Amino acid sequence: MKNEKAKIISNKQIAPDFFKMTVASAYLAKTSKPGQFLEVRCSRELDPLLRRPLGIHRILKNGIEMLYEVVGKGTKILSQKRPDETVEILGPLGNGFILNPNRDAILIAGGIGVAPLLALAEKITDSAERTADRKKLTVIIGARSKSHINCESDFNKTGCKTIVCTDDGSKGKKGLVTDVLKGLFPRTQDLGSSTLIYACGPNPMLKAIWAMALEKEIPCQFSFESHMACGVGVCLGCPVKVRKGLIDFEYKMVCKDGPIFNAGEILW
Amino acid sequence: MVNLKVKIGKMELKNPVMVASGTFGEEYGELIDINSLGAYVAKTITLEPRVGNPAPRIAETASGMLNSIGLENKGFEYFAKEKAPFLKKIRTAVVVSIAGDNASEFKELASRVSRLGYVDAIEVNLSCPNVKHGTRHGLIAQDEIATKDVIKAVKKASSVPVIAKLTPNVTDITKIALAAEDAGSDALLLVNTFFGMAVDIDTGKPRLGNITGGLSGPAIKPMVIKMVWETYKKVRIPVIGCGGIMDHKDAIEFMLCGARAIQVGTANFIYPEAALDIIDGIKRYMSEKKISDVRKLTGAIKL
Repeated sequence: MKNEKAKIISNKQIAPDFFKMTVASAYLAKTSKPGQFLEVRCSRELDPLLRRPLGIHRILKNGIEMLYEVVGKGTKILSQKRPDETVEILGPLGNGFILNPNRDAILIAGGIGVAPLLALAEKITDSAERTADRKKLTVIIGARSKSHINCESDFNKTGCKTIVCTDDGSKGKKGLVTDVLKGLFPRTQDLGSSTLIYACGPNPMLKAIWAMALEKEIPCQFSFESHMACGVGVCLGCPVKVRKGLIDFEYKMVCKDGPIFNAGEILW
Repeated sequence: MVNLKVKIGKMELKNPVMVASGTFGEEYGELIDINSLGAYVAKTITLEPRVGNPAPRIAETASGMLNSIGLENKGFEYFAKEKAPFLKKIRTAVVVSIAGDNASEFKELASRVSRLGYVDAIEVNLSCPNVKHGTRHGLIAQDEIATKDVIKAVKKASSVPVIAKLTPNVTDITKIALAAEDAGSDALLLVNTFFGMAVDIDTGKPRLGNITGGLSGPAIKPMVIKMVWETYKKVRIPVIGCGGIMDHKDAIEFMLCGARAIQVGTANFIYPEAALDIIDGIKRYMSEKKISDVRKLTGAIKL
């Protein structure tokens, strides 16, 4: 990791409250892996104080893209930054997704959960192009309504199958991502040994996906979010409860041990 | 050339800038030269492992942050085994912070820590529940007698200087400071976090899993400076200041009000190079003001 002072190439609103920022950084482009994140200093003032953890949305040749939702003071300030300004970025942080070229992949995004999954989809299709036996890649994007669905065309460009669903039915299927997922499960096929699920979104969504995946014995890698201070494992401020032995639990840190966790590890 | 060396008891620091316990770790070695710090202070350990508090443990507030980590640590045995290679390599002072439920636990831990051989001082985290003296709701450092008991026990067991870390959550911190000094503490560290709480009005829920926590960051700085000043006037042992120090100006302010050394805490999370920038800033300030010895800054406030 490095604390990079990166130049902003663009910072655009792509949906209500959603912004996409592209920064130039040969270092981050070279070292980042899908699933890792960055700690971004939104302001040099004392309020807001802490950095904001943002997922790596896309790894470019000479920089990276971040997709973020404006939820408070910090991200609001970030959204007002202009091209050519610099932004301090600590990263890349945490661990990336683990790829398995021998399995079909289902990527499931809830709301801003699309952020880390696009980089993953691009990585999967990139590496798949070089292997003869190309596996299926399916992406499910779920959100409240039409205006909250993001990146559908970006995913389509990777050549994957993209399915959209909304709570209110204003775009795609009406329903939850788990309803779509159910439709993907054929009754007979042994999905446990042929498929892998990657997901990012609200915790209740992840929990529901895991319940379904467990039944079919499909391994899941989930990307977790948390409030954070340091982002590097120093402050122990971003715990997630994981199983320890048969009856016990312990805390792992989203920043250092995650943000990607094997769903079976988590004490839901 | 300016002199930046200071002494805390018999511990020599190459400069007065330490990092605060729980806010700095070897992870930052990737970003800065840890050996340039005045002292490396390890996160608080207890005899047995502690699992820590439920999420969320961090909540940002205006110019500050609330935390409720809950002293999560893997216990002394793990610390002694796993951290030794890193701590032995450090070429600056190493301070280890300890906590326990009662004086005998503190004593046992102090004895084990000082026998490690590479520890230059023990920081006594007195912001633990005062279990022994009955009032489970209070902290050790809120009670003069409990403070005295613990510091006396630690002093008996420790072969290295002892630093008492005090809580600001008291009516008169100088009384606790004097109790710690009487018990033989080699230095005082002011302060741990201020009790605090924040609520998410949309969900109606507390913003910390533990409901309440401790506030740190620039928001607390003026209150701590006043405590350092009041304490400095009353004690003979060195006072180390800690609370919201973000840059060298903050550090110098603390020193002018009586701090012999300072600790950088929350700032590390925002820019890990904070402590090193502060050292450079103090040097610049001293050359500009033609001050040759950093010790001359301590208590140099003009009234």
